[in-house]
Amino acid sequence: MASYNLKINGKTVSVNVEEDTPLLWVLRDELNLVGTKFGCGIAQCGACTVHLDGTAIRSCSIPISSMEGANITTIEGLADEKLNPVQEAWKELDVPQCGYCQAGQIMTATSFLSQNPNPNHKDIRNAMNGNLCRCASYNRIEKAVALAAKKMS
Amino acid sequence: MEHKNKITFSRRNFLRTSALASGGLLIGFNFLTSCEEAIVPPVDISKLNFKDFNAFIKIAENGYVTIFSPNPEIGQGVKTAMPMIIAEELDVPWTHVSVSQGALDTKNFSRQVAGGSQSIRFGWDALRQTGATAKQMLINAAAIKWNVDAATCSASEGIIKNTNGDTLGYGDVVNEAAHLEVPENVNLKETKDYKIIGKDAINVDIDKIITGKPLFGLDYKEDGMLYASVLRPPAFGQILTSYDASKAKALPGVIDVITIGEKARRYLSQDKLDPSAHWSVRLSNTDKVVVIGKTTWDVIKGKKAIKATWKEDSLVESTALHDNELLKILDGKNLETRREDGNIDKAFAEADNILERTYESPFLPHNCMEPMNFFANVTNEKVHLVGPVQTPEAAAKVVASLLSRNLEDVHVDMTRMGGGFGRRLYGDFVYEAAEIADKMKQPIKLISTREDDMSLGVYRPAITYRIAASIKDGKVTGYSLKEAAINSNMYGLIPHFFPAGAIKNYKVESGNYQSNITTGAWRAPYTNFLAFAEQSFFDELAGVLDIDTVQLRLDLLKNVKDGEDSNIQYSAKRMTDTIKLAVEKSNWGNTKDGVYQGFSAYYSHNTHVAEVIDITLKNGLPMVEKVTVAVDCGIVVNPTGAKNQIEGGVIDGIGHAMYGDFSFKNGTPQDVNFNTYRLIRMKETPIVNTFFVENDLSPTGLGEPGLPPAGGALANAIKAATGQILTKQPFAKFLIKHDAGLKV
Repeated sequence: MASYNLKINGKTVSVNVEEDTPLLWVLRDELNLVGTKFGCGIAQCGACTVHLDGTAIRSCSIPISSMEGANITTIEGLADEKLNPVQEAWKELDVPQCGYCQAGQIMTATSFLSQNPNPNHKDIRNAMNGNLCRCASYNRIEKAVALAAKKMS
Repeated sequence: MEHKNKITFSRRNFLRTSALASGGLLIGFNFLTSCEEAIVPPVDISKLNFKDFNAFIKIAENGYVTIFSPNPEIGQGVKTAMPMIIAEELDVPWTHVSVSQGALDTKNFSRQVAGGSQSIRFGWDALRQTGATAKQMLINAAAIKWNVDAATCSASEGIIKNTNGDTLGYGDVVNEAAHLEVPENVNLKETKDYKIIGKDAINVDIDKIITGKPLFGLDYKEDGMLYASVLRPPAFGQILTSYDASKAKALPGVIDVITIGEKARRYLSQDKLDPSAHWSVRLSNTDKVVVIGKTTWDVIKGKKAIKATWKEDSLVESTALHDNELLKILDGKNLETRREDGNIDKAFAEADNILERTYESPFLPHNCMEPMNFFANVTNEKVHLVGPVQTPEAAAKVVASLLSRNLEDVHVDMTRMGGGFGRRLYGDFVYEAAEIADKMKQPIKLISTREDDMSLGVYRPAITYRIAASIKDGKVTGYSLKEAAINSNMYGLIPHFFPAGAIKNYKVESGNYQSNITTGAWRAPYTNFLAFAEQSFFDELAGVLDIDTVQLRLDLLKNVKDGEDSNIQYSAKRMTDTIKLAVEKSNWGNTKDGVYQGFSAYYSHNTHVAEVIDITLKNGLPMVEKVTVAVDCGIVVNPTGAKNQIEGGVIDGIGHAMYGDFSFKNGTPQDVNFNTYRLIRMKETPIVNTFFVENDLSPTGLGEPGLPPAGGALANAIKAATGQILTKQPFAKFLIKHDAGLKV
């Protein structure tokens, strides 16, 4: 067991966990931030996507030992008073079916749009290809990313 | 089923009302009996009494309405659509309605199942009636207040009016209404007057989903809860012989290592299992090793540290064996006849030409994004179970029996489910959780990794079809379909689906191979592959007959007289209209150069669907560009939700037809995670355009029927583009690279 300090959703937190514990389980089990989901554990599905300094990473495959001092944003930290434009677009287009993968989708989309605010159809498809949606709500995810880009411009 | 505006239910016992201590009106009704699959409405519900109510409408003094719905939500949208139907007849603005997951009553519930695309179909009449009856009570209360005849009053948008121009809000009369008799024979709205049904309503859980609020089974926690991870035999056919837990126990977060299995074996050895629970049972006779720990990571690591040895207890089977056995069944004479019309042998003996094809499919895992998990806490007072399961009623019954407890002691709370697809009809993980909690005397959460999930075993079974048609004088005279499947065969009315009734000499037969690999329902059971086989076969048959593939279906449908055979529930008229809509919207037969189209039409789960898939070739391989879908599901309750189901179903169907591949070697699943098991991803998805046939017929379900036609439409498009006839799934494994324009 070792102690780690992280900045999560703007707040500094300290956790005492095994050093090989993936960030995902620190978030879910220690910090009770259960919006970040477990899907595959091997960085293949994207359900566990969070931001490290604004960039999308797979929290299931990153041990806490490499996260000391990291600045992490989770789905819970995305909206302050109001929804962010990506969340708004998700709502407007009624994207989710079961909803389980959507936090990861939204995190990937938010990070992507911050780097490419004016994406074309192909850019969106490439950027979102790493996130699985078993309900196959892909058409709406694609449209929602485009709509969010429009809202942000 | 006709759309009825008057239903002759006895409402005396159907609804109960009471005043709320805090002010307001509470209306109780049975959401689940309303949706009983086994009985066709009108339902005899006169035998119900108050304890049978499991759903409630609460109308507060401010007129706002809360609908408590106990229906399982797996992503199919019923948690939104079912309350919409109530709100429509209650006649309140949808913005004044909130929907809560009802507290579950495991003692009294009757059908708490999400499956078979039946929730909306069977709920339609009772849900409308519930709303309309409540509305009438509010009107009656206002009439008494005004001292006028209730027949002269009306209500709309939560406001009651009389002919004098007086108005009262629903909230103004709820306390009085609570003391009135429940009226009978209320009127239901005409379709044209609908204000909520037919309008887009966004998923009622949307805000929680997009902000990451705890909602799913995996998110549920209680104080003092421990985590449990189960080590099961790596191969079907193996059982545990011994294990060494010393290394696991040495890990700091591991609290204990135990075994379970004794109770499951005792349950399975019973002379007579409860039939209503038995169908959901997937218990095995082996002991399993369970690691108990403080966190999820502790038990994942702990399980890896266990050294277990296993022995073969029954045959360890491989895919090659299954393929061989299924073909042997088709070649043999021990098939069971499921439907027979005319004289198939004569038709084939007299034929000018015979077309025969054999179609083969692999096993498929469900791969819900949320892996199987369940919370259990077993105390002397009660057994508390919380989590995502499509069949809580059966789960409660099995757990009561497993733990030798009274059913009244077992409480199941349902969470939103991160996908179902049929997997959560089977409660194996609930029973394991209960057995672990019983042994530990502490609250536990059973968790599964993706590897556990893909190998713990309920799969779509491998199925092989052989279809043959006899042709005489340019007409189809006979049709023979043989099914060979692992463990069980097509159920219900599937043998009577199209082209039953359309071809004079017709026969469906089936047989199965009994395997120790556990199999079960998978989104659109049987038809998820059968539709591909049949719709590909028709495409090829049209080529042999030298007519347009769509025209072949339309010609055959002309032979069907709707209503003549009670087993034939598809409607030739509705299917014809659906096909015509798909043809029109897809611009069938008039595409640009380099675009190839495939057609497919299939009736399942009481809904008629036709699909046209447009593909192009890139580097000689098919790129699925667009899918045009026409759907007749009767009245569309929630268009945005309905389209979402169709878009998802179609892409799911394409994805699994194209990539879904799952095999066994000596009883061991060969793929256990997404690094080797391929699911469709965004770059491979087409745009899906959905069109609904407009009519006033009662609504039918949409969770499944979009999927079955997709594989056939894709195969037919590939055939149009390259000439390759695909008879095996997944297509990606068997595709031959073709240069564009190199048509065979």
